[in-house]
Amino acid sequence: MGVTLDLLLNAITSGLLLGGFYAAVSVGVAISFGMLDIANLAHPAFIILGSFTAYILNGTFGMDPIVAGIVVLPGFFLLGAAIYQIYYLSFERRGEESLRGLAFFFGILFITEVTLILIFGVDYRFVEAPYIGPTLRLGIVDLPLRMLVPCVCSLIMVGGLQLSLSRTFLGRAILAVAQDGPALRLLAINPSRVKLVAFAISIATAAIAGSFLIIIQPVEPSIGREYIGRVFAICVMGGMGSFPGMLLAAMLLGVVESITATFYGPSWSPAVAFGFLLLTLAFRPSGILGR
Amino acid sequence: MVVFAIFSASRLVTNDYFFFAGYLVLQFVVLATAWNILGGYTGYVNFGTAGFFALGAYSSVVLHKLFGPPIPVLIVVGGVVSGIVGFGMGYLTLRLRGVFFAIATLALAIVLETLITNWDYVGGSRGVYIIRPAQAPLIGSYIQYLFLLMLTLAGIAVATARSIEHSTLGYGLAAIRDDEQAAEAAGVPTLRLKLVSTTLSGAFMGMAGAPLPYYVTYLDPASGFNLSYAVNSIAMPLIGGTTGWLGPLIGAVLLGTIQQVATVTISSALNLLIVGVLLVAFVVIAPNGIIGLIETRGRRRRG
Repeated sequence: MGVTLDLLLNAITSGLLLGGFYAAVSVGVAISFGMLDIANLAHPAFIILGSFTAYILNGTFGMDPIVAGIVVLPGFFLLGAAIYQIYYLSFERRGEESLRGLAFFFGILFITEVTLILIFGVDYRFVEAPYIGPTLRLGIVDLPLRMLVPCVCSLIMVGGLQLSLSRTFLGRAILAVAQDGPALRLLAINPSRVKLVAFAISIATAAIAGSFLIIIQPVEPSIGREYIGRVFAICVMGGMGSFPGMLLAAMLLGVVESITATFYGPSWSPAVAFGFLLLTLAFRPSGILGR
Repeated sequence: MVVFAIFSASRLVTNDYFFFAGYLVLQFVVLATAWNILGGYTGYVNFGTAGFFALGAYSSVVLHKLFGPPIPVLIVVGGVVSGIVGFGMGYLTLRLRGVFFAIATLALAIVLETLITNWDYVGGSRGVYIIRPAQAPLIGSYIQYLFLLMLTLAGIAVATARSIEHSTLGYGLAAIRDDEQAAEAAGVPTLRLKLVSTTLSGAFMGMAGAPLPYYVTYLDPASGFNLSYAVNSIAMPLIGGTTGWLGPLIGAVLLGTIQQVATVTISSALNLLIVGVLLVAFVVIAPNGIIGLIETRGRRRRG
């Protein structure tokens, strides 16, 4: 397969669209891992859970998958709050978050995945929506709506989160926890209360990201694993808690993956994300925008 | 001694299934002990067990295709290959915080899986068949031969873990686990010790994987790199207790046997769920595992 201009342009465009979606997938980890320092390895499993709730609501009520993602938001928020509460009581309060906390999230990842397999099997599931199928054509560049809609919605979500972090009281409290938790205690604010809300928000974003995922591609329970590398690669490359850095890293990864898939075949694309992650950790652990 | 005793006792069992199941339990003893040499002794979590394990298995496949040396040679080679990868991995990421090391190991496993999936020489995603001889030298039944090899390996792994515990290396590693900065300040060469333990841990995982192609006779990336190896090798030490050599052994024998029984009687998906639930339950409720439970009970009785 030769490198032609339109092939390259299309690869870059679909990479950018993919990157927009990756931003939605990673924003939760940017909050939980980047800001709160909780290495939530189970985040991709919650995204898959979000895909399956969207699948159920779409299949039984004919609900639009993105609307379905918004409908289940409160449920995911409560789930996130419950998980943080267990995490806080069993690990963070005792100062044992490193080894056992990681094992805890790994276990949750595994439980969620196996439970979904037991209920739904390993078949690929998909949703139906009017924008899955048609494609916009701009000159030689194709813009499939099934990629464009999640990308635009994802950018709206990330932008909204960024605004509420910098403008609202709670958002500023979350940023403050990220910088210096004990100092907050001196201001009579309970850092773990703030972290609870922030962690619950991070899990809630998984509901939406999950509905985007099942719009973009058919989903089966174990594909969440591929996203572990992607989300952490994006989060670390983006400089942990920074949203603009994360967005840039997501776009970069999307484009590189898309070019790899176009010219070398899709079976190589998981290695791209993880290879990026390994290289970033080894050579630029402070992120691409870091000092 | 123990290895010899178990093997002579097992010779009396004529049922081949015992050896099939026993091999898997012993394989988990090696994996759990190997994981604990790094995870339990230093507190650095390795999620990439499946990667090191499959690397051992696939280096056997390559050698088998080239000239088919005897399995003990394959075990040594598998150990060397995985040990080198463990060293390289540690060299790149052990300077960072533990969380990053954990994520990097997970990444390594997937990069390796992608490489193997795209490497046609070892079967690619279609997998590869290994034709094993019907008879093994001296012992006769081939499955008994594999069982004996794994038993020896388990013995070596446990003995190594045990001797590390009360050596300078072991005390250095324990100092890292308790407070790495204090250890560094007190003159413990932390990076060097961590590298030694990562290399040893990776090497044992590779050795555990090396006989795998002969055991299963058909190997594909999805089964070699199965995430259940990673989950099990973390769950077993955490359930048994991570501070000593006995914990992983107890955890592996217990969980391994439960899974063998559950796979036969219930289903294999459900037994993975059992492992996941036990893992989460133990880290939340009994942070020091079974050994920890026994010790606190003993202390209460005395005090």
